[in-house]
Amino acid sequence: MNASSNPKPSPDGPRRVDVHTSQAMKLRLARRHAADRRFRAFGIAAIAIALIALLSLFISITSRGYTAFVQTRIALDITYDAEILGIGEEANAQDLAVADYRALIRKSMQALFPDVRERRERRDLLRIVSSGAEFELRAQLLEDPSLIGQTRRVWLTADDDVDMLIKGYIDRNAPETERRLGDRQIAWIEYLEEAERIDTFFNTTFFIAGDSREPELAGIRSAATGSLLTLLVTLLLSFPIGVATAVYLEEFAPTNKLTDLIEVNINNLAAVPSIIFGLLGLAVFINFFSLPRSAPLVGGLVLTLMTLPTIIIAGRAALKSVPPSIREAALGMGASKMQTVTHHVLPLALPGMLTGAVIGMAQALGESAPLLMIGMVAFIVDVPGGFFDPSTALPVQIFLWADSPERAFLERTSAAIMVLLAFLIAMNALAIVLRQRFEKRW
Amino acid sequence: MKRALALAALSGALFCTQALARDQISIVGSSTVYPFATVVAEQFGKTTPFKTPTIESTGSGGGLKLFCAGVGIKHPDITNASRRIKSSEVERCAKNGVEEIVEVKVGFDGIVLANSRKAPRANLSLRQVFLALAKQVPDPKGGDKLVPNPYKKWSDVDPSLPDIEIEVMGPPPTSGTRDAFVELAMEGGCKSFDFIEKMKQSKGKRYKAICHGVREDGAYIEAGENDNLIVQKLDANPDAFGIFGYSFLEQNANLVQGSLIDGTTPEFENISDQSYPVSRALYFYVKKAHVGTIPGLKEFLAEFTRDRAWGPDGYLADKGLIPLIDADRKQFAQDVKNLSDLML
Repeated sequence: MNASSNPKPSPDGPRRVDVHTSQAMKLRLARRHAADRRFRAFGIAAIAIALIALLSLFISITSRGYTAFVQTRIALDITYDAEILGIGEEANAQDLAVADYRALIRKSMQALFPDVRERRERRDLLRIVSSGAEFELRAQLLEDPSLIGQTRRVWLTADDDVDMLIKGYIDRNAPETERRLGDRQIAWIEYLEEAERIDTFFNTTFFIAGDSREPELAGIRSAATGSLLTLLVTLLLSFPIGVATAVYLEEFAPTNKLTDLIEVNINNLAAVPSIIFGLLGLAVFINFFSLPRSAPLVGGLVLTLMTLPTIIIAGRAALKSVPPSIREAALGMGASKMQTVTHHVLPLALPGMLTGAVIGMAQALGESAPLLMIGMVAFIVDVPGGFFDPSTALPVQIFLWADSPERAFLERTSAAIMVLLAFLIAMNALAIVLRQRFEKRW
Repeated sequence: MKRALALAALSGALFCTQALARDQISIVGSSTVYPFATVVAEQFGKTTPFKTPTIESTGSGGGLKLFCAGVGIKHPDITNASRRIKSSEVERCAKNGVEEIVEVKVGFDGIVLANSRKAPRANLSLRQVFLALAKQVPDPKGGDKLVPNPYKKWSDVDPSLPDIEIEVMGPPPTSGTRDAFVELAMEGGCKSFDFIEKMKQSKGKRYKAICHGVREDGAYIEAGENDNLIVQKLDANPDAFGIFGYSFLEQNANLVQGSLIDGTTPEFENISDQSYPVSRALYFYVKKAHVGTIPGLKEFLAEFTRDRAWGPDGYLADKGLIPLIDADRKQFAQDVKNLSDLML
């Protein structure tokens, strides 16, 4: 406005130059460019905040959890003495299974620390080794009964308190009342360290064992198997049902009030809190159909209900993105409606549907709230062998460990979170790969 | 086609279950007893030919509801509780056919009021705890009038206490630990005022509202059910106090210290002989009708009530359970052996 009231003479044509080079215009342009840069800076800042949040999450979990992937072990010279085991020379598997393996450890410890005599001290000494160590010896002997009579150096799992000390979570110089290990126990451990009888190994137990109340014996296998079985049920049910629903609604259903109502309801279902599905599962599957509690089948059914809307919505979007010309061409060549869908539309839409299904599955994998109602928040040691065996799931295992008093469970919680995140990232990567490789663009 | 297959699979699955029997003990109930029951279950699974029992952490009330729902493999065999079964629950059980119940008192759990080791250890009376945390307190100016809690600092409650803001992190109302803390600590302090004590008979509801009402003005912070989180927060904030179970104090002795209550420290011996005032008994209840039909139930009970489990030197004590005195343990072990019925 200023420019027109303040005309400047110019040889090339006064008005044009006036509009584009005037002082006011320059100012306006600078303002617009600044606004542009600001807008971009906001965008970058938003991404930076998200990245920092994500990074700090990863760093805090990894820094807390990585130590759980190693486990302290103690080397003891174990003599598989039939007499101490309390079995005869001709022992069968039955005898070996119930023999007194704790006595072997006791004996070996006594040989190592001959000056520990008092009963209470001996017990403290024995506590350095995990209560699961005797079962390790049992497994060894059951596998190879010829070991009887021989002496071997065996690396036995250390107690979680010892593990924490070796990993530096317990301050050795703190007053005795402030730590779970006594002064004498620390002296014994230091002796073992000098004798190079204490070392850390890769924690295989964490991957091959079920849950345990002893942190050093706890593993994620039963929870991971439970998650796998649950997801299998979810996938087998929700994918076919979801695809069929999406195809019918998109390709066959007439547009009327009823289909509108169904559509609105499906969209609403996608926003229902997951705990509601758990309550529904409890009422319908357990109380009405009397399916067993804590079973992966019920978990899968509940998660099916939860993921169905996601899969239906993604499926419909995939079908919508197939150009109408494909359908028209097929129909024009004389194909029936069903042939058009199954031969042309569905194969083209399938990559999009699969992506939706994978994302739905990832959602289901991370879910713990609905499982609470159907009894899957439980202490499960045995690895579930079928769809009816009691089982739990990975997120539930994380929840249960996070609530345990033992210090060593803290790092195991973080380690389990890392495993869960790895699965989720793998599934999302799979979704991306599927989309990249098979999706057609028009 | 796919849908038809899926439906067929589903209905097939439904029919199979009718024929399935349960060969595994099913336990539900209190999250306070959960860490102890799971240890026994694990030991039981390892040392016997039976499968490891499954244990759900549902809370005492939720557990008793499931337990009392009926007899049969659909329903749990044992429920854990951090309080005694109520007569209303016994009636509910009986209505659903659960008539014979065996009660087992497992041991004690102390509830501690702890702070960071970076700060000095506190010495509080129950009365001070009540005054610091109640919603309504007797008027500090005297008289039998109740006013909304005016105390902002511990030194306002009692000049001998430190000059720091009252900031206590504890469990939410859904927690059994909170119930027990309110009943034992708050009510204990509340009763020390004579005029409130007199209300107990005449105006029971009002009495309960006064003694069990926790302040909501920010001095008491509901920190969720996760006690580990409270310990971490205490470590970060030396001025704050936290309320949680004794086993967490024991595991984190290098970070936090338990305050003295009425001059008694929350220690193993003091909780065991009941001289520490804020402790409660833990129980579990067994469905007698299931003994004999569920394999291993009797053996599980035997394992739980063995001295190497619940005795003073047993593995449960190592996990933070405070054992019963010898005579009580003997009595309950005998009751379990004979499957004596519950008597309220």
